[in-house]
Amino acid sequence: MRFRLFATSTGTPRLSPSAWIGLVMLSVFIIAGILGPWIAPYDPTLIDLDHRFEPPSGAHWLGTDRNGIDALSQLLWGARSALLVSASVVAICSITGVIIGTAAGYFRGWVDEVVMRVVEILMAFPGILMNIAIVAVVAHPGLGVLIGALVVNGWVGYARVARGQALSLRERDYIAAARAIGASHPRIIFRHVIPNLLAPVIVQITFGVGGVILIEASLSFLGLGPQVDYTWGAMLDQGTSFLWRDGYAHYALIPGLAITWVVLGANLLGDGLRDRLDPRQRGKA
Amino acid sequence: MSIGSFILRRLGSGALSVLGVSLLVFLFLHMIPGDPVDNLLGPDATPDNKARVEKCMGLDKSMPAQFVAFLGHVVDGTLGPQCRTQDSGDKRTVAGRIGAVLPYTVRLAIFGMLLAVVLALPLGVLAAVRRGTWVDTAATVVSLSGIAVPMMLMAPVMLLAFFVWLGWLPGPTDVGPAAILLPAAAIATHLMAMLSRMTRSSMVEVLGEDFVRTARAKGLPERTVLLKHALRNALLPVITIAGLQFGSLLSGAIIIEKVFARPGLGLTLLDAISERNYPVVQGAVFVIAVMYVIVNLLVDLAYGLADPRIRAA
Repeated sequence: MRFRLFATSTGTPRLSPSAWIGLVMLSVFIIAGILGPWIAPYDPTLIDLDHRFEPPSGAHWLGTDRNGIDALSQLLWGARSALLVSASVVAICSITGVIIGTAAGYFRGWVDEVVMRVVEILMAFPGILMNIAIVAVVAHPGLGVLIGALVVNGWVGYARVARGQALSLRERDYIAAARAIGASHPRIIFRHVIPNLLAPVIVQITFGVGGVILIEASLSFLGLGPQVDYTWGAMLDQGTSFLWRDGYAHYALIPGLAITWVVLGANLLGDGLRDRLDPRQRGKA
Repeated sequence: MSIGSFILRRLGSGALSVLGVSLLVFLFLHMIPGDPVDNLLGPDATPDNKARVEKCMGLDKSMPAQFVAFLGHVVDGTLGPQCRTQDSGDKRTVAGRIGAVLPYTVRLAIFGMLLAVVLALPLGVLAAVRRGTWVDTAATVVSLSGIAVPMMLMAPVMLLAFFVWLGWLPGPTDVGPAAILLPAAAIATHLMAMLSRMTRSSMVEVLGEDFVRTARAKGLPERTVLLKHALRNALLPVITIAGLQFGSLLSGAIIIEKVFARPGLGLTLLDAISERNYPVVQGAVFVIAVMYVIVNLLVDLAYGLADPRIRAA
């Protein structure tokens, strides 16, 4: 029997091949993020001024940077920070967003009114500018500040999805039945509403991983990222500022392709999951 | 609901959003550790100068009074004084500094938007019409990579390829009208990719509709069916996404302006952040929020014009 994600008996299609490719790409990223520090051949902060700007070689598979630091080791440690940031941001945002959005859709009334007003204010603004405004005021942000800055408006998308689902779920017969037999609101919300609205949230989470990685890299590129020695964004910043140097263009490609890899994987898997979990949305961009 | 009261209501809720964002940024800026005057002037400032800047920024007043003062500066259109230059006779306001660079960013965003739409529509239509063939696959690969390749890589690589290596397009040093081509192309890539996917799926859906079959059945040329019947109806969601993405062009402008060293709102915001000139940060954020709200309103109006069914709702 073939493995089927979220198998049902309704005969809906399996995950498409491109979704499997996306899943494999994301898995490679996650494994690199977890194991990276152990398989990295060098210390990602080890400065070796005798070997600056080196092309790929046997000793340094991906070459070295302006301080002679091994690029492969930077890449692997960078995967660790990228995984840490994206996993935390997506986890915090999705949990907060789902709870807030479900409460808004389930209770309606003033709760909904307040939540939607806040959502509207946060949406009335290009997301990354909000992140920039927050990160900019902290002199030397660490990963924690970055995660916080991304969470401030990151939950909004999840809340909207959850609210929309909860609005329609609350009218279902089984919710009315649960209420009739005296189930409390928290019980109905956590046992009956939330489990039934998770499918589109999972799709959103998948896309979210790629989005967070892109924003983190943009902030680092603008010099506003976390003050950590090894992020892909900081590598990209260095790579692009030395792009003009002869024989050094490859250094910008390393983090650039790593970011592309994760974002592409997340998009392929997200598309596939959406087709699988929510056939009405099939093919929408 | 009449169109007038619809606009009024949307303007009201837009104003509320801008007010909310301004308040949020105001509060963030007040959470900065350290004294804002020291941050701006550095440690070597004379007491005289410090006192002048403190008075100029209104820091001697209470926080609510400061926010009201900012709103006053919004009403009088100056967005407040910059409070930076040494001589107190300096009359340059935040609005003056932003106004000087704003046209560059607006031009970049509009040109990028046009480029994205012009490239995305044919690509999307072609992919939809030739669905399942290698044309479709190629279009999908192009748009997926356009979405996945980060702008911070795309922009310098385009600069390297078309300006440094091939020499086809003018680079950052050029001041002629063609200088906008590379930055606009770089800023358009992501949007073009999104719009072409959107156009494709929207076209695929519309091509399956009855009225398309009717149009074909009555013998209209395929060209007319595609462009007048199918594309016109497929455009609605594309317009919406394009409009909503105008804001993302504004944020993309920050990266593009940095890479191409091109003056603009984004570069001014980055400069103000590194100068720790918070009145300018606050003003730039305000201007961006206002532009975003206005564009969203225009999108809603355009949507109503394109689809009479929505006007009634």
